[in-house]
Amino acid sequence: MVTRASIGPLLNVLASGLLLISFAMLSRRRTQRLIILFAWQGAILFLSTCLVAYSSGLTELYYSAALTLILKVILLPWILHRLISKLGAQWDSETLVNIPTTMLVGLVLVIFAFGLTQPISTLATTITRHTLGMALAVILLAFLMMITRRKALTQVIGFLAMENGLFFAATSATYGMPMVIELGIALDLLVGVFILGIFFFQIREQFDSLDLHHLEALKED
Amino acid sequence: MRGITFVRQFGEVVLAIAIAPLFAGWIAQCRAWMQNRSAPSLVQPYRMLRKLFQKDAALAKNASPLFRTTPYVLFGTMVLAAAIIPSLATDLPFARAADAIALIGLFATARVFVSLAAMDIGTAFGTLGARREMMIGFLAEPALLMVLFNAFLLSGSTALPSLVEFYNAHRFLIDPSLAFAAIAFVMVLLAENARIPIDNPTTHLELTMIHEAMLLEYSARHLALVEWASSLKLFNYACIGFALFIPWGIAAGGRNGSAATLLAIAALMGKLAVAGAALALIESLSAKLRIFRAPEYLATAFLLAVLGLLVHLQIGAR
Repeated sequence: MVTRASIGPLLNVLASGLLLISFAMLSRRRTQRLIILFAWQGAILFLSTCLVAYSSGLTELYYSAALTLILKVILLPWILHRLISKLGAQWDSETLVNIPTTMLVGLVLVIFAFGLTQPISTLATTITRHTLGMALAVILLAFLMMITRRKALTQVIGFLAMENGLFFAATSATYGMPMVIELGIALDLLVGVFILGIFFFQIREQFDSLDLHHLEALKED
Repeated sequence: MRGITFVRQFGEVVLAIAIAPLFAGWIAQCRAWMQNRSAPSLVQPYRMLRKLFQKDAALAKNASPLFRTTPYVLFGTMVLAAAIIPSLATDLPFARAADAIALIGLFATARVFVSLAAMDIGTAFGTLGARREMMIGFLAEPALLMVLFNAFLLSGSTALPSLVEFYNAHRFLIDPSLAFAAIAFVMVLLAENARIPIDNPTTHLELTMIHEAMLLEYSARHLALVEWASSLKLFNYACIGFALFIPWGIAAGGRNGSAATLLAIAALMGKLAVAGAALALIESLSAKLRIFRAPEYLATAFLLAVLGLLVHLQIGAR
């Protein structure tokens, strides 16, 4: 049985795992790998939410942990996998900036996030106060991934990873959001992925590829 | 009492020299098993060394004394490094002689000598290998330093023995920064020891060689010493890794009886067996990178190590 005193360090380890996965996502070229990493991120999120729920004694958090497990570890990766195999899109996803530069920018973002949250975490009293900086870093890194990638699928994965970061930030700052809001966000995500899946097919039909720079031209030449 | 510590120090170094080829042989055996090949015998590296020592050395006409002395310099630096790294016990006389930063300097010395010797003969492949080795080296060194700084921030000292002592005092310490550092360290270890993602130690294609290309001109006892030094280098890196991340079993805290030493030897053997199998697994699972991907790989290692430092500072000292 986990003692309450050891939960703090364990949460730190899990938060670092999230950060590590965010960096791995930045450096991966293949879409298939990104989905697996996304599922892992969800699994870590589930574990950390369970730990926070256990240490704070809030039953609500168990529900949101279960929601995370079903939605982000099982359902969304499965949908994305099916989308990929239907689109035949297991190719390399190009990056705009080369990977070492992207990683360096990511490192600067991490420093920024840590510096920004330092005053907040010194004021907070929750068990998760140290992880707020890491949650913000995960959000910013997902942002960076959306900016540097061109393919529609990877941008969606970046968007989902950003939601993971937001969820984690919510649990670390205030022990989670109200249940209604969380249910709403979960539904939004699910529907969003469905709609974007339909969009993928439309985009591919129109341009013969999922590269988003085709969408930048407003009229046909 | 002083005499005894010197005897134990001597024993540690002799053990390192003796089992370094065995470690290399164990990795080769694990790799063969994982790739469904029939494995070479565990003592194959020793047979190789014996064969090479019995042969007559052939030297190029224009070889300078530098070329001839380099194998001895290499072997000497690696033996000295083995003496500095606390692989069995922490209270040995040589362990206090230099800290880990000097240790990295020692490895750099070996690298400079082997690169100069490779360029000495003036063949194309040697120069090519030396240039690549220097490129890998200058990228791997900062990453290794950052990994070490991660551990030093925890213990507050740049000496490896005090790090081991620190772990001995704080068991069950969970620090996420060490996880980052460990991943970065494994990446640097693979790059520095000419293992698969960067260089293939068993390749026969000169154009893709890095480490082997520098040794093409060596033969007989010179080649034997260089090969032995390479296996010692791998052994040393493994021992640095053990001291940094899994120092259980190393005789620390003033325990220096024969029971503690035997336990330390058993622990070292166990860790080497597991580490060798793990290295073989990594090597079997990954493909060799193109040489121009190497900076990307090593930049990732560096970033992971820096990230570890940042996380440590963010979470605060324990």
